[in-house]
Amino acid sequence: MKLKDIAVVLNATISCGTDKLDQEVEMGYSSDLMSDVLTLDTDNLVLLTGMVNLQAIRTAEMADIRAIVFVRNKRANQQMLDLAKENGMCILESPYSLFKSSGLLFQAGLKPIY
Amino acid sequence: MKLLFTIQGGDFTRAGHPSSEVKKVLKQLDIDGKTIKNIVIALYEAEVNVVAHAWKGTVSVEIEENKITIWVSDEGPGIADIELAMQAGYSTASKEVREMGFGAGMGLPNMKKNTDELHIESEVGIGTKVKMVNYFS
Repeated sequence: MKLKDIAVVLNATISCGTDKLDQEVEMGYSSDLMSDVLTLDTDNLVLLTGMVNLQAIRTAEMADIRAIVFVRNKRANQQMLDLAKENGMCILESPYSLFKSSGLLFQAGLKPIY
Repeated sequence: MKLLFTIQGGDFTRAGHPSSEVKKVLKQLDIDGKTIKNIVIALYEAEVNVVAHAWKGTVSVEIEENKITIWVSDEGPGIADIELAMQAGYSTASKEVREMGFGAGMGLPNMKKNTDELHIESEVGIGTKVKMVNYFS
């Protein structure tokens, strides 16, 4: 699924990485627990989370995750966006809940990791 | 090549800075992506542990031709029972740390998973020293 299609499905705002929207991601993972995200062996995935802080961006950086969707209408602050930009990430912000976002993307064909 | 960083306990905004710098250096050295990911995840977990539990710490990195050795040392409460702390799910993290998305008792097991060698020494009330080695494939 292309990142731009994910943005459409989730009615999301693109707050960083508008040049990355044609990138394909195969899998998705939803978690507010960064410790779990750090145990994943997959990297070409989009992370859906309501954990909106700098460590979410750092976690994605270390785990080679190139796209994050912040759910529940939460907004990334400038410091987070600067770090995301530095790492070439795409940041989306959706008004939907984590459950609804995950369900819509699953329905649209995005695969789970497990 | 040697690199040295300091970590301030409680300062989550800076957690990940050493890992990020090490990642950049390893990329420049053209180390394989999977190996880099293992190394920086282990280091990041160690950094988060220092920020979450200790008062202050240092990260010392030595990169040689075939391996990287990382020492993370802190002044802090120490770990009373290392074997127990290595068990997945065991945690003494505060509510604040859990609210940051960490403190689920996964850090030490994940460091073990991502390193070729992991040595932990700790003294209660003094601090903890972690040594991690990864070989380049």
